[in-house]
Amino acid sequence: MQITDSREIAAPRADVWQALLSAEVLKDCVPGCQEMSGSPEDGFEATVVQKVGPVKATFKGAVTISDVVEGESLTLTGEGKGGAAGFAKGGARVTLTDSETGTLLSYDVDAKVGGKLAQLGSRIIDGFAKKMADQFFTTFQQRVEGPAPEQEVGAEDAPEPEKKKGWLRRVVSN
Amino acid sequence: MPKDSGIGASSKRREDVRFLSGTGNYTDDINRPGQAYVHFLRSDVAHGRLGAVDTTAAAAMPGVVRIFTGADFEGVGSIPCGWQVTDRFGEPMQEPTHPVLAQGKVRHVGDPIAAVVAETYEQARDAAEAIEVEIEELPAVVDMKAALADGATKVHEDLTSNLCYDWGFIEDNRDSVDAAIKGAAHVTVLDLVNQRMVANPMEPRVAVGDYDRGTGDHTLYTTSQNPHVIRLLMGAFVLGIPEHKLRVVAPDVGGGFGTKIFHYAEEAFCTFAAKAVNRPVKWTSSRSEAFMSDAHGRDHVTRIELALDADNNFVAIRTDTLANMGAYLSTFAPSVPSYLHGTLMAGNYKTPNIYVNVRAVFTNTVPVDAYRGAGRPEATFQLERVIDKAARELGVDPIALRRQNFVTEFPYATPVAVEYDTGDYNATMDKLEQIADLAGFPERRKASEAKGKLRGLGVNCYIEACGLAPSNLAGQLGARAGLYESATVRVNATGGLVVMTGSHSHGQGHETAFPQVVAEMIGIPEDMIEIVHGDTAKVPMGMGTYGSRSLAVGGSAIVRATEKIINKAKKIAAHLLEAAEADIELKEGAFSVAGTDKSVAWGDVTLAAYVPHNYPLDDIEPGLEETAFYDPANFTYPAGAYGCEVEVDPETGKVTIERFSAADDFGNIVNPMIVSGQVHGGIGQGIGQALLEHCVYDEDGQLLSASYMDYAMPRADDVPFYAVDHSCATPCTHNPLGVKGCGEAGAIGSPPAVVNAVIDALQSGGKDVTHIDMPLSPARVWAALNG
Repeated sequence: MQITDSREIAAPRADVWQALLSAEVLKDCVPGCQEMSGSPEDGFEATVVQKVGPVKATFKGAVTISDVVEGESLTLTGEGKGGAAGFAKGGARVTLTDSETGTLLSYDVDAKVGGKLAQLGSRIIDGFAKKMADQFFTTFQQRVEGPAPEQEVGAEDAPEPEKKKGWLRRVVSN
Repeated sequence: MPKDSGIGASSKRREDVRFLSGTGNYTDDINRPGQAYVHFLRSDVAHGRLGAVDTTAAAAMPGVVRIFTGADFEGVGSIPCGWQVTDRFGEPMQEPTHPVLAQGKVRHVGDPIAAVVAETYEQARDAAEAIEVEIEELPAVVDMKAALADGATKVHEDLTSNLCYDWGFIEDNRDSVDAAIKGAAHVTVLDLVNQRMVANPMEPRVAVGDYDRGTGDHTLYTTSQNPHVIRLLMGAFVLGIPEHKLRVVAPDVGGGFGTKIFHYAEEAFCTFAAKAVNRPVKWTSSRSEAFMSDAHGRDHVTRIELALDADNNFVAIRTDTLANMGAYLSTFAPSVPSYLHGTLMAGNYKTPNIYVNVRAVFTNTVPVDAYRGAGRPEATFQLERVIDKAARELGVDPIALRRQNFVTEFPYATPVAVEYDTGDYNATMDKLEQIADLAGFPERRKASEAKGKLRGLGVNCYIEACGLAPSNLAGQLGARAGLYESATVRVNATGGLVVMTGSHSHGQGHETAFPQVVAEMIGIPEDMIEIVHGDTAKVPMGMGTYGSRSLAVGGSAIVRATEKIINKAKKIAAHLLEAAEADIELKEGAFSVAGTDKSVAWGDVTLAAYVPHNYPLDDIEPGLEETAFYDPANFTYPAGAYGCEVEVDPETGKVTIERFSAADDFGNIVNPMIVSGQVHGGIGQGIGQALLEHCVYDEDGQLLSASYMDYAMPRADDVPFYAVDHSCATPCTHNPLGVKGCGEAGAIGSPPAVVNAVIDALQSGGKDVTHIDMPLSPARVWAALNG
């Protein structure tokens, strides 16, 4: 299925761009992500737990970044294998443009599922994928903009107070 | 006055006692000592090149006995196909190999890659998740037209293309049909899809393999419609086990509808693995697994042309069909769109010129094979739909147009190679008009319209060729098996009988109907006769149950064996009565000397056969047991007329079936109640196809409708009470019972009636809709209404 959407992010384009290439940010933003490692150059390895309708599974997969136009656009491609649940794979073409309030992030997502996920979930998969994309970019926006402390994702894993700063400030301060 | 026993009596189904009280013995009820369980790891991609299958981690999981992959089956035979079709150029069809576990490639979602044998099902399933499989995904071939396009990805690289065969029937008719259509006063053309179906028997498939190291004997317990055929196919072609070392048992089987005819990889696997691990191995399909491993049905895309002269006589029929074979050739797959379909294209009508072209196509989908009716529903649907369309185009009454073109003289040789022995199509149409109260339809339509509903009436005829089949003819047409049936009648000393039949019963009521036949012939109570079936160790031979053949072929074998029993018993009786054999009469269970009051009871004769103190030992052997093989002389041709009335809600497109009537000619009837039940079930499946069921793949070959959330089976509130009648009987002329078979008729005759009715309803609402493809879901009907 195809999802095309965009959202305004109140941050400079360069900050948004850097966030897109961070394993740490991706881990926080991919819904249900348990582990994420790797780098933009070598690709990321991820473990994601998700429930699609009646099917709950742990997906192990790889995310690669390609078609990079520095600071402007890139393609994220991922495939997750969920064992008996089947597989999910997809790509997102993400484009950044300057806007009045910061950066306009536009995305075209193309996602596919196979095996049991397709067999049991085909009617609900479109809604599921929209929800996933929405959650991903909402969290991403919060991470980049530096959300209010109570909205921080993964706050319980963050013992140090500076973690509550926005993502970029944290990276810079490291 | 209805009879209370014997032929013609509605004897209660004796097998229902155990089916309804939870005491049946199904394959999943069978557990062997020391049994292990198998779970198949199946492909979740439609098409891919298989790389390494790493079982190291999985093999170390708890409870794992052994893990098998395709490599374990090198040197083991291919799952065989039982029918070879010759194409219209005289060349044999393309026939791919079909390994037990995938080798080199996976070719459909559900193709088994590995099999884990473990102490429990759960352990086998868990371990399967730990198997690492490398698959290089290939483009999936799903659409049949795309599969035949130049440069299309090939499902089987060793074949020249995805075309299994291009079949013309009858090829010599081609030019005359083209000429007749060119010169016709009117030609009606209809493009339609006969959608892919999943049989969904109530009981999923199960297999238990067992091996006795002491004797070297293999046993397979399986959910099969024909255990002897499985023994032959699996023993001779896959595993190389001679028949005397292989026993196949198909105990109580909870419905088949065709999909349990075929030999499946899981059966061969369990038999093979039981020896390899030296333990019984059991597999029970889940419902999800059934959707992607049971052979599917139908899946034809057709253009049909019906040509008429200026007086509305049918002059020619030409059809062009694409038939989906799926990824491999299932056991009888090639015969379904060819000989079981093309031979029926004349229907009930005397059309002089007919040509049927079928291209069978490989795709990355589950194999497609016979499903209730098998080819005949596809033929009937297109023919009866195009006749309805022609009637509308010509502004004539669809019933009158049919009557005008009926075959009325028998025997009738069709232009598509079969000869109808007997029938009376006007009689069944008259009967339908009566039981369906067609005269009252206009009033009922007014009442529906007053409620804001559209009401439509659909009528059609059907004919089927069943009672498969004369072996010599089937052999000429490419069958790799004979299609006779066997029966052994064993009379015990005290007079009771055991009838061993090759006809398997999986819901048809054989255990009730067959004793009615024997009881009638001898004149004894039905409960003196027991039916044994479904075990190759007990029954001499059997070709199984499909194609509405059990009574016509299996029942005829029972008649022949019983006749031999009676002939021998008469010799014994003649000796006991000191009379000439020619004077002995058998009536109501006693042998008497014609014209005298001398008689001897059935039980005295049977006792003499086993205690031969006073016995003609010079002339005949002791004992009373006879076997007969019956090979039919022709197909049988049940036929009938069906009528359906629907209401369509123009706001939602929802179709409700208000009335459904069926007037069938099944020849002689043994048990009217069972026949009615068979027709009810068949119509239910036909309505399911017409309104609800659809097996859907996406463009990547992912199976989308693989649970009851998405595959809509008909439920009680989707079907009406039926009016069924089978009093119009023209007995079959070539089998001893004069029976024709009734198992598939309902599923063959009903889909066109439903669709004709919905089109009629939409037309009555002023919408010029000429066709909607099945299933006629609310969305499709609404789209047609608002298009």
